[in-house]
Amino acid sequence: MSTQIHLSGVDYSILALYFVFVLGIGFALKRFMKGGSAFLTSGRSIPAWVTGLAFLSANLGAQEVIGMAASGAKYGIMTSHFYWVGAIPAMVFLAIFMMPFYYGSKARSVPEYLKMRFDEKTRGFNAISFAVMTIFSSGISLHALAQLLETLVHWPYWWCVAASALVVLVYIFLGGLTSAIYNEVLQFFMIVLGFAPLVYLGLKDVGGWAALQAKLAPVAAEQHFAPDAWSRSWVHLGSAYENPMGIGWFGMVMGLGFVLSFGYWCTDFLVVQRAMAANSMNAARRTPLIAAVPKMLFPALVILPGMIAIVMNHTSGGTFLPVRADGTPDYNMTIPAMIARYFPAGLLGVGFTALMASFMSGMAGNVTAFNTVWTYDIYQSYIAPGKSDTHYLRMGRWATVFGILVSVAAAAMAKQFNNIMDMLQLVFGFVNAPLFATFLLGMFWKRATGHGAFFGLLSGTVSAAIFHGLSLTEHGLPGVKGGWIAPKFIFHSEMGQNFWMAIVAWTTCFALTLLISVFTRRTKTDAELTGLVYSLTPRPKAEDEPWFRRPAILGVIILGVAAILNILFA
Amino acid sequence: MNFDLRLPLGLLFTLFGLILVGVGIFGGPELVRQSLGINMNLWWGLVMLAFGLAMLFLTFRARKRG
Repeated sequence: MSTQIHLSGVDYSILALYFVFVLGIGFALKRFMKGGSAFLTSGRSIPAWVTGLAFLSANLGAQEVIGMAASGAKYGIMTSHFYWVGAIPAMVFLAIFMMPFYYGSKARSVPEYLKMRFDEKTRGFNAISFAVMTIFSSGISLHALAQLLETLVHWPYWWCVAASALVVLVYIFLGGLTSAIYNEVLQFFMIVLGFAPLVYLGLKDVGGWAALQAKLAPVAAEQHFAPDAWSRSWVHLGSAYENPMGIGWFGMVMGLGFVLSFGYWCTDFLVVQRAMAANSMNAARRTPLIAAVPKMLFPALVILPGMIAIVMNHTSGGTFLPVRADGTPDYNMTIPAMIARYFPAGLLGVGFTALMASFMSGMAGNVTAFNTVWTYDIYQSYIAPGKSDTHYLRMGRWATVFGILVSVAAAAMAKQFNNIMDMLQLVFGFVNAPLFATFLLGMFWKRATGHGAFFGLLSGTVSAAIFHGLSLTEHGLPGVKGGWIAPKFIFHSEMGQNFWMAIVAWTTCFALTLLISVFTRRTKTDAELTGLVYSLTPRPKAEDEPWFRRPAILGVIILGVAAILNILFA
Repeated sequence: MNFDLRLPLGLLFTLFGLILVGVGIFGGPELVRQSLGINMNLWWGLVMLAFGLAMLFLTFRARKRG
């Protein structure tokens, strides 16, 4: 049986009220949108607490809320590595070491930074691949939302696609990046206040944390793991065969913790754009740190429901979660199933709205990142340079319309051909995996050259593809899951395969960028690289700020708390 | 830019809080039963209301200071 939600009048009014505010923010901001820079970069005018929460919220899309709850059910508390090993150290690194260059260089986008630091071809490669990826991600969000609503409340699929796309279109078209950022803050509070009572009720129902741990033991036993495999995050990482994720500690720390997390949080324009919109250097640096505080606590909000749901599913004999065609539980329905179970009319409206808000924040984040990269890095650079600010404002608006139309088309494609989306995400993985090596060398080694960066990046991407072609999981069939050249390396899980692919791509990119840079001539002088490279940039001063506004102090505190959380749940 | 985000945040969650408190008081026992016998609408409505009012308070205090 599939999970269903019956909305009543009061739930509909909560939903409607929320959308009135979402669109209202767009209308209220319209009068400030006088030029392209206000529309696409918010004129660097937003306070740190707003950019901080938006930084977090832009990533709080469907993938996060639905996906992390699903992982919580599938893998238990090990999922917290995505937070306490992955995201938090990367966010602190971005704040302390990388923001000075992103913000100080006055680059309007991540690809533009690459242009300033390296050369045109490196920027072009990053801008075009990012523009394509981000717009497809937006389409995937849209598709996932419409599919979920169709199942849960029987709204027609195309009606859901059209309505959500229209809402996002209207508020970005009117208020640009500022509108997206302000709405992301609204979405943040909606998601936190909407899901917190769910966790409380679920935890109370299973009898508290200690009871949850005890009840997870038979779940683990059923899959032949140690009784605490679902409730301890570190002790079973000794070998890939001892834990449900199927990965060992090295792959986890290097693949997820270092390569993938730093690659995402420190170079993905979707999140970095929020920090670039802050109103001062100090605010930009505090943006990821402010985001890190709630991020650390998010496992309680998104992973814990998954762990509760798998216990409910186990004790109910497999009726709590809907069953998929292949007989396995549909883990993606974790949050919806819990909402349907525990939320009465009223709260149901809040939870349901929070669910919709999470999809839309993911989509809107992608659309604003797309219109900036398109307008500045592609249109202004290659098609129509030297036009007026109002010209780029118009282009930014049209790029928003175009981006949303492509998202809708991508959603249609995802509905028709599931495999195409798998394939696209795979290719995105190839492109993303090596990126952090390029930025690391670019920011901390002045000798890194444009040729080095470009060919290093290219070969990193190619090496990821080759590695994928040579690797496969134990029971996997060669094809979109890997092994399409020859399955030489066999992994215990897909996640292990992915993490190792990232490690290979990063190492290739790092080594080749280094090597090619040594053998090619520098094209940028020290003067040109001032503000772009660590050794040539004066340290940003924060000594005259009170301690709670000093990035270094905040960063150390956050890392300390993350370490304690790791130990507590080890 | 003269736009304080705390105003819409405060308004929205004050309204949500009021709606939930209303449902909590007049909703009937059936709704309480679903949330494990706790009147979650009432309690969580009060939490949202407190959050909304706090945001409104901050907005108006900032305005007064100019």
